[in-house]
Amino acid sequence: MALDKTGIAKRIAQELQNGWYVNLGIGIPTLVANYVPDGLDVEFQSENGILGMGPFPFEGEEDADLINAGKQTITVKKGAVFFDSATSFAMIRGKHVQLTVLGAMEVSQNGDIANWKIPGKMVKGMGGAMDLVASAENIIVAMMHSNKAGESKILKECTLPLTGVGCVKKVVTELAVIEIKDGKFHLLERAPGVSVEEIVSKTEGDLVVPDFVPEMVI
Amino acid sequence: MNKVVRNVDEALVGIEDGMTLMLGGFGLCGIPENSISQLVKLGVKNLTCISNNAGVDDFGLGLLLQTKQVKKMISSYVGENDEFERQMLSGELEVDLIPQGSLAERCRAGGAGIPAFFTPAGYGTEVAEGKEVRIFNGKPHILESALTADFAIVKAWKGDTEGNLIYRETAMNFNPMMAMAGKITIAEVEELVPAGELDPNFIHTPGIFVQRIFKGEKFEKRIEQRTVRKRN
Repeated sequence: MALDKTGIAKRIAQELQNGWYVNLGIGIPTLVANYVPDGLDVEFQSENGILGMGPFPFEGEEDADLINAGKQTITVKKGAVFFDSATSFAMIRGKHVQLTVLGAMEVSQNGDIANWKIPGKMVKGMGGAMDLVASAENIIVAMMHSNKAGESKILKECTLPLTGVGCVKKVVTELAVIEIKDGKFHLLERAPGVSVEEIVSKTEGDLVVPDFVPEMVI
Repeated sequence: MNKVVRNVDEALVGIEDGMTLMLGGFGLCGIPENSISQLVKLGVKNLTCISNNAGVDDFGLGLLLQTKQVKKMISSYVGENDEFERQMLSGELEVDLIPQGSLAERCRAGGAGIPAFFTPAGYGTEVAEGKEVRIFNGKPHILESALTADFAIVKAWKGDTEGNLIYRETAMNFNPMMAMAGKITIAEVEELVPAGELDPNFIHTPGIFVQRIFKGEKFEKRIEQRTVRKRN
């Protein structure tokens, strides 16, 4: 069965490593913080100016001055720190953040990502996404395999305005874990009960499929 | 040097039609809400506003959009504002969307006397159109220019009569860089204390960057996304 959003987040959480500083984008990526494997020491950075982000506050303890980049009320862990936006992006551009997880509208097989603009329709802006994808060494995209119209989001070439070029290393969808390498998608894992055929049929880009594709362990 | 003005009316003297303003804040967090209300009251028009976001329809910079006082917005993310989207798509509002880190650094550079800098952010995207590209360490970077403003309006938690500022939590965000980049910087604070009461070790924005400071009359501090967890 295809994963739900929580499942995607759980699978991405398995990629975390001890001692990493991690930036999570809005949407599915935010959920990753809920599934950090026991014993791992991971700090979450939010680009509006906080390192050491904690869970949502208890009801009645919300603080308007304490939010994440999704403008959600949050709390801090012990040892947290606040800083200004220039310092925040120095952490990001300067490669001090080890992993960036973000959502996307489209990803191409050379690692391009589009996630900020649909011409003539929606105008939201790129926020910090362009800075994040331009500099992060390790970018995982968390998204659904197809858009609402049922079209594949995993493409030979992006059709929407780009956020970054050749930067995405891995994509986790409700169907599969896919690595981007040498200008192609490589199928690493499939969601429990999902067939390779289904993944192939829903992937527009060139997908390299090994003889054996293990199921994800969630 | 005493920077104190009595109220928001006095603080915003000199802001005129067609000027460029920087406004601190991220979402509705750390925005100079008293000054924004006063800008609405003043009715100054054709403003260019440099601010990470554009508020929501009925709060923050959204208020200035409702009254059509803004000619151009320079922002990184404007997703929570329907009126903004409508004005932008209809062409009434000029919009320059720039990556958030580049926006922060452009303000910082403007205040720090650095006219331009190279950044990898936006290379290969429409943000890079018309900008010089240069390779450093084998990687392409684009040239971004500094930003300054006729007035920078920032919000701090505590300030003293010298204009020294301390921000609280994530309400800091863009305020320190914008404070540096204003020809005239106005700080509205929740708490205004005499010089000497703030520990000099813990000041975020030195008073040299601030020309006017006042205690805001009222801070609504609206929350944009109230997210909570249940007590067990």
